[in-house]
Amino acid sequence: MSRGDATVESIVNGGPGAALRRVGAVAVFLARVLAQIPAALLRPRLVVHQIYNAGARSLIIIMLCGLFVGMVLGLQGFDLLQRFGSEDALGVAAALGLLKELGPVVGALLFAGRAGTALTSEIGLMRATDQLTAMQIMAVDPLRLVVAPRFLGGVIALPLLVAVFNVIGLFGAQLIGVQLMGVDPGAFWSQMQAAVEIDDVTEGVVKSIAFGAACSGIAVYEGYHAPPTAEGVGLATTRTVVTSSVLVLLLDYVLTARFL
Amino acid sequence: MRPNRALEIGTGLFVLLGFAALLFLSTQLPGSGLRLGTPSGYLVTAKFDNVGDLKVGSPVSMAGVNIGRVEAVEFDAQHFRAVVRMRIQPQFSRIPDDSDASIQTAGLLGGKYVGIGPGGSDVYLRDGSTIEFTQSAIVLENLINRFFASFANRGGEGREEGGAPASP
Repeated sequence: MSRGDATVESIVNGGPGAALRRVGAVAVFLARVLAQIPAALLRPRLVVHQIYNAGARSLIIIMLCGLFVGMVLGLQGFDLLQRFGSEDALGVAAALGLLKELGPVVGALLFAGRAGTALTSEIGLMRATDQLTAMQIMAVDPLRLVVAPRFLGGVIALPLLVAVFNVIGLFGAQLIGVQLMGVDPGAFWSQMQAAVEIDDVTEGVVKSIAFGAACSGIAVYEGYHAPPTAEGVGLATTRTVVTSSVLVLLLDYVLTARFL
Repeated sequence: MRPNRALEIGTGLFVLLGFAALLFLSTQLPGSGLRLGTPSGYLVTAKFDNVGDLKVGSPVSMAGVNIGRVEAVEFDAQHFRAVVRMRIQPQFSRIPDDSDASIQTAGLLGGKYVGIGPGGSDVYLRDGSTIEFTQSAIVLENLINRFFASFANRGGEGREEGGAPASP
């Protein structure tokens, strides 16, 4: 097994050349994973298991954070809009803010921290305990059996998590804006329904699918290529969070520019 | 590694919840149609020449207090006027039937609402009543046009009389 190149030292001492090589390695790895997606779809139980791990287990934290993000949005939006006497527009501000930006981005960042790290350390430990090597010896492709279902599970789970985040956030904003601050509920909902287009919902869904692919792709890559030591797995987990976060924010800008 | 029943049920619930949320976002936010609970109160109709961007769900207020909301905005094809149906909450049952209704704007960027000014009649509005006296929405562009028109007229007269009056 020729894995001497991805030692802890080479990651720490990597220069610009190493960064370029890493981008290339991630792309090649993702292409190989994508090629295994059809095979993974033939084993839906594995994918279901990963949707459970990545999605259902992140649900509580997503809902909690969605509530508080929505409540903050209600509070800040109300404070800003009432200066112009336009607190009726709070529903529009909260809905568009959540659907287009806050939902996908905050959801993806939470997902990277909650599910991405779990993926990386799980696959990294499989590598460290030679489980992946054992599969290869038995002529079972670990990309097909281990990596592809996890990648697919993440891509499916994140849009659903973001949708739940948005709905909870909207009710959080409504809770603060209407119940606490006294914005008229009819104006809150009717202005929101008048201003939000189906394209705004689509934009959020497209973004969350892209972020799901980015976060799970980075997570499985880092896990699969983690140095097979305790230190290496820890470092790979850290890199998953850092790289996913940067990638999500970068992709967010690109996708926003595309949709405007 | 056989996934067990509980896990599959958990996943199913999660996916169901996610799709329910997606459905809510894509059907309830765009367009209209959020109906929570059964409506209470009585219906009053008023016809306007122009309602501006009055929407279903906009507030109906009297003396600045919210007393109901707009339930429907329809078009009267015979008289080319807008028909606004308002649902007034039942506790505001003593509104004189010669009250007037006008379309007002809340704040600089706020939405339109219907303002009711009280009349002096002893007969009160009830379910199915019509408010006869209405004032349309003020269209800002028309107002600006009229302002400039009058401004230009005054300026013309001023020159004929030998220059505009000197400012103090």
